[in-house]
Amino acid sequence: MSKKPTATSLTKDAEGASDPARHRRAPINAQLSTEERIELFRIMVRIRRFEERSLRAYQAKKIGGFLHLYIGQEAVAVGCCSLMGKNDHVITAYRDHGHAIAVGMDTKPLMAELYGKVTGCSKGKGGSMHYFDPSRNYWGGHGIVGGQIPLGTGLAYAVKYKGLKGAAMAFMGDGAVNQGAVHEAYNLAALWDLPVIFVVENNGYSMGTSQARSSAGDLARRADGYHMAWGTCDGHDVYEVRSVMNEFLQRAREQSKPAVVEIKTYRYRGHSVADPDKTYRDKSEIEEYQRTKDPINVFRSILIGDQVLTEAAAELIDTEARNEADIAANFAEASPFPTAEDIQKDVYWEIDHPEQRTSQGRLFFT
Amino acid sequence: MPQITYREAIRHALAEELDRDHNVVVMGEEVAQFNGAYKVTEGLLAKYGPKRIVDTPISEAGFIGMGIGASMLGVRPVMELMFWSFYSVAFDQILNNAANVRYMSGGQINCPIVIRGPANGGTNVGATHSHTPENVLANHPGVKVVVPSTAYDAKGLLKSAIRDNDPVFFLENTILYGEKGEVPESEYLIPLGKADVKREGKDITIVTYGRSVLHSLAAAERLAQEHKISVEVVDLRSIRPLDIDTVLLSVAKTHRVLIVEEQKPFASVGSQLAYMIQREAFDELDGPIHRLATIDAPAIYSPPVEIEQLPNPQRVVAAVLQALA
Repeated sequence: MSKKPTATSLTKDAEGASDPARHRRAPINAQLSTEERIELFRIMVRIRRFEERSLRAYQAKKIGGFLHLYIGQEAVAVGCCSLMGKNDHVITAYRDHGHAIAVGMDTKPLMAELYGKVTGCSKGKGGSMHYFDPSRNYWGGHGIVGGQIPLGTGLAYAVKYKGLKGAAMAFMGDGAVNQGAVHEAYNLAALWDLPVIFVVENNGYSMGTSQARSSAGDLARRADGYHMAWGTCDGHDVYEVRSVMNEFLQRAREQSKPAVVEIKTYRYRGHSVADPDKTYRDKSEIEEYQRTKDPINVFRSILIGDQVLTEAAAELIDTEARNEADIAANFAEASPFPTAEDIQKDVYWEIDHPEQRTSQGRLFFT
Repeated sequence: MPQITYREAIRHALAEELDRDHNVVVMGEEVAQFNGAYKVTEGLLAKYGPKRIVDTPISEAGFIGMGIGASMLGVRPVMELMFWSFYSVAFDQILNNAANVRYMSGGQINCPIVIRGPANGGTNVGATHSHTPENVLANHPGVKVVVPSTAYDAKGLLKSAIRDNDPVFFLENTILYGEKGEVPESEYLIPLGKADVKREGKDITIVTYGRSVLHSLAAAERLAQEHKISVEVVDLRSIRPLDIDTVLLSVAKTHRVLIVEEQKPFASVGSQLAYMIQREAFDELDGPIHRLATIDAPAIYSPPVEIEQLPNPQRVVAAVLQALA
């Protein structure tokens, strides 16, 4: 039995021109208080300054492995996560610092995690790509491209199973849309009407390969193949992100319907900071985006134009964010590393709860 | 005590846990309307309805990953793989996500899932459908791996697996589904990680699990009758956690060891066992540890030859005689 297309007024053409003024007037934005608008701005600035500080720490060799920076994409995570209700959940890939701060995680344990310290949000066991905070409905932080998308679909399944009105936002980059697991998740979500929004943060490059060189067709439009609603929006305007995402989230919560939303954005740094970044794009491309579409500058201009914020207040927020990042780095620096004994903790629930262990025998081997 | 099949024992375990805990959900390919590819889940849809017994598309990475995600929020999915051989298409979900998410989150998240299904050769379905991945699975800290050999064990172990807060991979056997055994009507649990001495003996210990237990018991009977050799058969039942203590006790008694496993030899479960036995009971051994495994090639189709590729009673008898020679 085939299902009829779930054609929806929400489905928008990928080439459709965005209308910033309309999004600013959207009820979800019109209802924001002055303080709430300033808070959106503040979180974006805090993400930016946190990551710039983390980059300096990386260059000083305080941080190992990868560091995938979100700089340039801040309005996406902040806009989406600002819409979260009690039963809404977030999961993302390895470019996960922005989402972590946007859901409300403290920057000190986030920085400490990068430093590999025991005070890190994952006790130094996850690193940059593996931030988690289930108390804030934040389920990571996942390293394998697209591997988190079935998990996000499962979060939505659990919300629906428990009869709660909520939705999961499963974030991925534009490189993930070609992974099989993503399409399997699309199919399940559409087949079973799961309340999940697949958010494609399209920054134009899957590592060093442009969208044109890696993906056939329009990314969001692939939802049509599953009779799933889809939409696109510009990700440099936090109001637009909120306005577009709110419609899909409401529909997911109220009608338990999935969707794919492709948010056009841009990253200023390499795929990871170790990425040479010069083989696949011109510096002028980055500079043009920074000059015209930097999400923080764009929102700052809007807020100042609307007399929500003064230049002085914006500068103060920036100074505070820089200080916060320094405090986080100092906290990380001063914190101890995990011990060798910590290596085998947090592997098994049973080992961590010995009084409740029911199994016998050896769980670890030498 | 009533005699029921291994298949029925698993079904009863599922039903009892579905009754006990509303968060338990059975999902997989053909588990509901079709009544199970091997009829393990027969009748469950009629009794528990489509919310609890869920047919999935042929989409292992998708539905296994979905179940793992749901388990992070407290649903307890029991997911059927029609063949454990299909784990390869869900490998990232099973062994990157389920195995690692607790660790990478610093212990904030747990995955109370069970993935179950048959993992065996001997049914002439060729190399793609005959994998026995318990060694591959057990190589990943964070997971538990169980391989029951009898109806009684299957029921008691599966109930424990479903209640476990860590991911448990439960490897059954299509050839065992029809095997009958005594199973009490009253509820019981068997803890994971507790081996069972299936036959007592004094001349040699066979350490084994899964269907190879049955081959070993048949061989032990013949060895007793035809060669006056007394064989002790230790059924591990659980690979991880591993009850090495029961194995070592038996070695201390017999001083001779043969490992029998339906595994390819290289880096198998038996490899780990042999390492541990020599490390921890070196002075008890009167000879080298012997091993009988699957003949090292992809699973052959040819029906009479596949029997020879796998452990079987004749091969076990020969291996014991060689070990004692």
